[in-house]
Amino acid sequence: MLEIRNLHVSIEDKKILNGLTLTVHDGEVAAIMGPNGSGKSTLSYVIAGKPDYEVLDGEILLDGQNVLELEAHERAAAGLFLAFQYPLEIPGVATMSFLKAAMNAQRKIRGEEEMATADFMKAVRAAADGLGIPQDMLRRGLNVGFSGGEKKRMEILQMALLAPNFCILDETDSGLDIDALKVVSEGVNALRDPKRAFLVITHYQRLLNYIVPDTVHVMAHGQVVKSGGKELALELEATGYADYKTLAA
Amino acid sequence: MAAVQETVDQVKAIDVDQYKYGFSTELEVDKAPLGLNEDIVRLISAKKGEPDWMLEWRLDAYRRWLTMREPTWARVAYPKIDFNDIYYYAAPKMNAAPQTLDEVDPAILETYKKLGIPLREQEILAGVQTSKVAVDAVFDSVSVVTTFKAELAKAGVIFCSISEALKEHPELVRKYLGTVVPVTDNFYATLNAAVFTDGSFVYIPKGVRCPMELSTYFRINERNTGQFERTLIIAEEGSYVSYLEGCTAPQRDENQLHAAVVELITMDDAEIKYSTVQNWYPGDKDGKGGIYNFVTKRGDCRGKNSKISWTQVETGSAITWKYPSCILRGDGSRGEFYSIAVSNGMQQVDSGTKMIHLGKNTTSRIISKGISAGRSQNTYRGQVSAHRKATNMRNFTNCDSLLIGDQCGAHTVPYMECNNATAVFEHEATTSKISEDQLFYCQQRGLNPEEATALIVNGFVKDVLQQLPMEFAVEAQKLISISLEGSVG
Ligand SMILES: Nc1ncnc2c1ncn2[C@@H]1O[C@H](COP(=O)(O)OP(=O)(O)OP(=O)(O)O)[C@@H](O)[C@H]1O
Ligand SMILES: [Mg+2]
Repeated sequence: MLEIRNLHVSIEDKKILNGLTLTVHDGEVAAIMGPNGSGKSTLSYVIAGKPDYEVLDGEILLDGQNVLELEAHERAAAGLFLAFQYPLEIPGVATMSFLKAAMNAQRKIRGEEEMATADFMKAVRAAADGLGIPQDMLRRGLNVGFSGGEKKRMEILQMALLAPNFCILDETDSGLDIDALKVVSEGVNALRDPKRAFLVITHYQRLLNYIVPDTVHVMAHGQVVKSGGKELALELEATGYADYKTLAA
Repeated sequence: MAAVQETVDQVKAIDVDQYKYGFSTELEVDKAPLGLNEDIVRLISAKKGEPDWMLEWRLDAYRRWLTMREPTWARVAYPKIDFNDIYYYAAPKMNAAPQTLDEVDPAILETYKKLGIPLREQEILAGVQTSKVAVDAVFDSVSVVTTFKAELAKAGVIFCSISEALKEHPELVRKYLGTVVPVTDNFYATLNAAVFTDGSFVYIPKGVRCPMELSTYFRINERNTGQFERTLIIAEEGSYVSYLEGCTAPQRDENQLHAAVVELITMDDAEIKYSTVQNWYPGDKDGKGGIYNFVTKRGDCRGKNSKISWTQVETGSAITWKYPSCILRGDGSRGEFYSIAVSNGMQQVDSGTKMIHLGKNTTSRIISKGISAGRSQNTYRGQVSAHRKATNMRNFTNCDSLLIGDQCGAHTVPYMECNNATAVFEHEATTSKISEDQLFYCQQRGLNPEEATALIVNGFVKDVLQQLPMEFAVEAQKLISISLEGSVG
């Protein structure tokens, strides 16, 4: 369970989150929608522990543990995963090597044994097949020269392998063609589990037809200004954000 | 990626000081008096029991050197060196020429053991080491032992110290010494010609593929002592050899000079692959102490279709001034230069290569990866020239710089000279930074900042690491990570 209480955050003296409160229960898929610049990516970075953000007030608890005290890699090992809106390229580091480094780094932090190479390769191949990622892509430098859609699939592949218990997807649907959207959504749905929660950031109702959320939250001016069920997304599609923009201001 | 993990573990195992080769060995030493004059040159030559022509060669070099000036064109700064405040000869007291390891001072053997250099053939044969490597161990001014000599001799390969070569094969040394790097080539090369004390000699006869890797391990131990080694490798027609040198020195407050000369010669269809892992003491974080590494390395592709390939991993030294070069004389010959130069703290690196295309259809390839961190300065300086007769020559140059932090500098200085209309030059250069975003991305996947940096750097240097023999590539990878320790955070 993720609990965010009264979160105030600034970056370079610019206040972005203004007393945001949000709870996501185990097994829940929560969608976050909201206008450009409302602070959705900022929220995901702050949860994941990106340096440079100043948390002025509030707390973030993952299964009761205060994650603000942990460094980003420790949060990852504690089961927090962020699928990036813009995944980064790591030239010269084969995707397969990167996956293995990440997997073993997390295991080491948790005091677990390294995974046997054969088991690891098998797991990667299976996950890649499921997401329609060709094997030769795993030998290429991570994300280097990948298309927008390929990068997003690679994020979901990593999520599947690392088996986190709290997943944040930041606009994973943007840049995906219709077929890829289906494949990726199926990948996410396959990971739905009573012990795993999702925070899905998106601008489009379309994604939520495939990944059906339990709750929908609207963000504006760094706050959650309205929460509801999946019908709220449909409502937004019809009305837009006009009401909310004024509401918080 | 197990290697990254290992690297990080190793980095953690090293306490405050990152330089793990910084210990010194207490020994009884035979030292020349301080300073440099003709008597010192005579003394060195006498210590080595050299033939008269060699002494004359040295004295001639010394007299020329007196008229020369230090080069100032490199992008490095240091106080003027007092050449009379250096010891030019220091040797551990021992039997004139130890025939077996049992005759070598145990303290020296212990030193190499601590450095992880295998000197005991039986241990290597027993499989401690994955593949066989013959080692020439040079300690301060002298070679203390060369392994696997007997086995190499069976293949006709000569691998010994240059002092021994002067005694056993004077005609070979005389024929080739100074023919690639002339006595008066430059200030430091001329100084080396006058006072060089030891180094390795390799001769690969016609048609022989050297049955194992050859390597020389240089260790500076004594205080205030310069190391002036001279290496000469000759590959006769159709032969092949892969050679590796490694270097370390104790941690000392004062700067020490290392001015080596390496000459390589390949005849028709011969190939020399020369790899260096240079890890001289770099000085402390404020720039105190460290080695001045002023080195002249040059290969002469004398024969048709011959090939010389330089691979260097440079992580040490306070100052590096080094341009391993190829003279592509034989038609169809090929020169390669693969370099990783890492600078951290206050280190200064000015390094690169020269590819001199003289023959027809000659080709060269330059891949240089510079990594600067801390407050260091890292310059790539490369020259490619096409002679009038170098019809259809081709060069490809790629030099990439990676910056870690914002207090370091990376500079690229290419020189190109074209005297033949058919010549083709290709040049690519990039400068990039390890971005905060890349680090965070890796960290989000579970890598700590040091692991993330090591991973990104390994990716950056991959093309060059691949050129090194397997075992050394792993070593080099560790070394690079250790050198960058403390550069993030
Ligand atoms: N480093 C920074 N310095 C100053 N302002 C920043 C910085 N990073 C983000 N912001 C600002 O914070 C606000 C929120 O940005 P954020 O990326 O979180 O929005 P978002 O809701 O994810 O938008 P989008 O829907 O376009 O992805 C924006 O106004 C942005 O310009
Ligand atoms: Mg965003």
